[in-house]
Amino acid sequence: MIDKIAEKVLNVIDGTGFGKKGAYNFRYNGKPAAFANGKNIRIERKKDKQGIDIYIGKKAKGEEVHIPVVVSTPGMTDIVYNDFYIEDGSDVTIVAGCGIHNDGCEETRHDGIHSFHIGKNAVVRYVEKHYGEGNGKGGRVLNPVTDIHMDEGSSFFMDTAQIKGVDSTERKTKVHMKARCRLHVVEKLMTHGEQHALSDMDVWLEGEESSAQVISRSVAKGSSRQIFHPKAIGMAKCHAHIQCDSIIMDSANVCSIPEIDARNVDAQIIHEAAIGRINNEQLTKLQTLGMTEEEAEAVIIENFLN
Amino acid sequence: MLTVEHLSYEVIEEGRKQRILDDISFTVEDGEMLVVTGPNGGGKSTIAKVLMGINPAVEGKIFLDGQDITNLPVHERARAGIGFAFQQPPRFKGMTVQRLLDLAAGVELPERICCRLLSSVGLCAKEYIHREIDATLSGGEMKRIEIATVLAKKHKLCIFDEPEAGIDLWSFSMLVKQFGQIHKSKKESLLLISHQERIIRMADRIMVIRDGKVEKLGQKEEVLNNLALDSFQRQNCIEEGGVM
Repeated sequence: MIDKIAEKVLNVIDGTGFGKKGAYNFRYNGKPAAFANGKNIRIERKKDKQGIDIYIGKKAKGEEVHIPVVVSTPGMTDIVYNDFYIEDGSDVTIVAGCGIHNDGCEETRHDGIHSFHIGKNAVVRYVEKHYGEGNGKGGRVLNPVTDIHMDEGSSFFMDTAQIKGVDSTERKTKVHMKARCRLHVVEKLMTHGEQHALSDMDVWLEGEESSAQVISRSVAKGSSRQIFHPKAIGMAKCHAHIQCDSIIMDSANVCSIPEIDARNVDAQIIHEAAIGRINNEQLTKLQTLGMTEEEAEAVIIENFLN
Repeated sequence: MLTVEHLSYEVIEEGRKQRILDDISFTVEDGEMLVVTGPNGGGKSTIAKVLMGINPAVEGKIFLDGQDITNLPVHERARAGIGFAFQQPPRFKGMTVQRLLDLAAGVELPERICCRLLSSVGLCAKEYIHREIDATLSGGEMKRIEIATVLAKKHKLCIFDEPEAGIDLWSFSMLVKQFGQIHKSKKESLLLISHQERIIRMADRIMVIRDGKVEKLGQKEEVLNNLALDSFQRQNCIEEGGVM
């Protein structure tokens, strides 16, 4: 079922190795290819459309569920709806990588539309890696939509990375947070060539004492373009911090538009945004350690996106 | 052994050439500790940067163990055996202290070695090893990590540009001890730029740089006596000037 292309892409997007432990669902070229339930995690295929419902029981403590997707058929548009129902008090790690291998001339696209319904005091770690490869001229497109509903006292740690090979991406994320919820988002992105990336994120801090931290780090090379628009809306006594850092190279274009919107006198919201080239002093320091300029540049980028 | 012959360095300011270093010649013998001192703006840090290849020499030659390194780029001088600690080291977002020490050593260091390096510059290793080298570190912490990067590897010549700047007294004592150990082992030559008397007194020889030129170069005792006399005479001049 898993050919060499899928195996290689899987290694990149889910290096922790899906299928080795716990629940998993592997989707390959628009079709479910393999799945397994976990001790406290149940996966059901949707009947009305493409996708799965994932039920995470309250007894889940430190369990993992891996739902990798690989598309290698040129010209395919794969749209999938995955809904996560996470019970009160559970503790789970969700790994949701997506990779496209395109050797053809037509565009290959995957839209992962994910919704999370997180119960009271539950803790969710969500890891998402996006990757593209292949020798074809056809575009590799990924458009993820993530809708997160957090009940009181829950925590959501989101770690997304798109490091290589995706020609176009439009990411839309919405988070609704009730009282005492905690959100931590780290978004890492590298674009090169003619690639284009857009990330829109709306964080609604609706409950008292909710807190959100959004960290975005990106590197734009070649003549690629990036647009970031994270927005925090404070509806109650809350804290939010948005930080966007970008390294710009060659003739790239980075546009960073953090937005903060306070609708309560006790909402404390901060934003920081910085775009700049690689610092010469950093390059020189690494050169004094024996690295060439190119090696130093690679190390700076690797660590910046670490 | 480092041999520097007739080294000069110029910059262009407002369309005119300005000589920052003029005909500098000196040596640092194997295992020797040479302390470079002198007034601010005299060209001490520029000498260090020209030796490392960060600034290009316009005249003169630099030899390391007989190899002409005058035209080598920075990374090749590093590979040839020169270590360099910056006066104001840069920060790296996303890079941990441990990663920087690995890069400095050229190999992945075991955690205990990283801890030993950090302890030797007065940092509590466990608190720092996984920290990022970003704006959350103070200037003094940055300086100590910088010095640790040079200590992470054996060199033929280690250059430290004002290692004492921004370091508290307790850490300074540890640093002095560290320089003392390197000096005692005689395995690495040391070129230290410093204004600190304790460091100056550790030197085998002292070189005084003023207005881009070597004002004095000699054995520690000889130069120290001259420095004390100069300082006394200058103080008297100021006082006499004040009376007039």
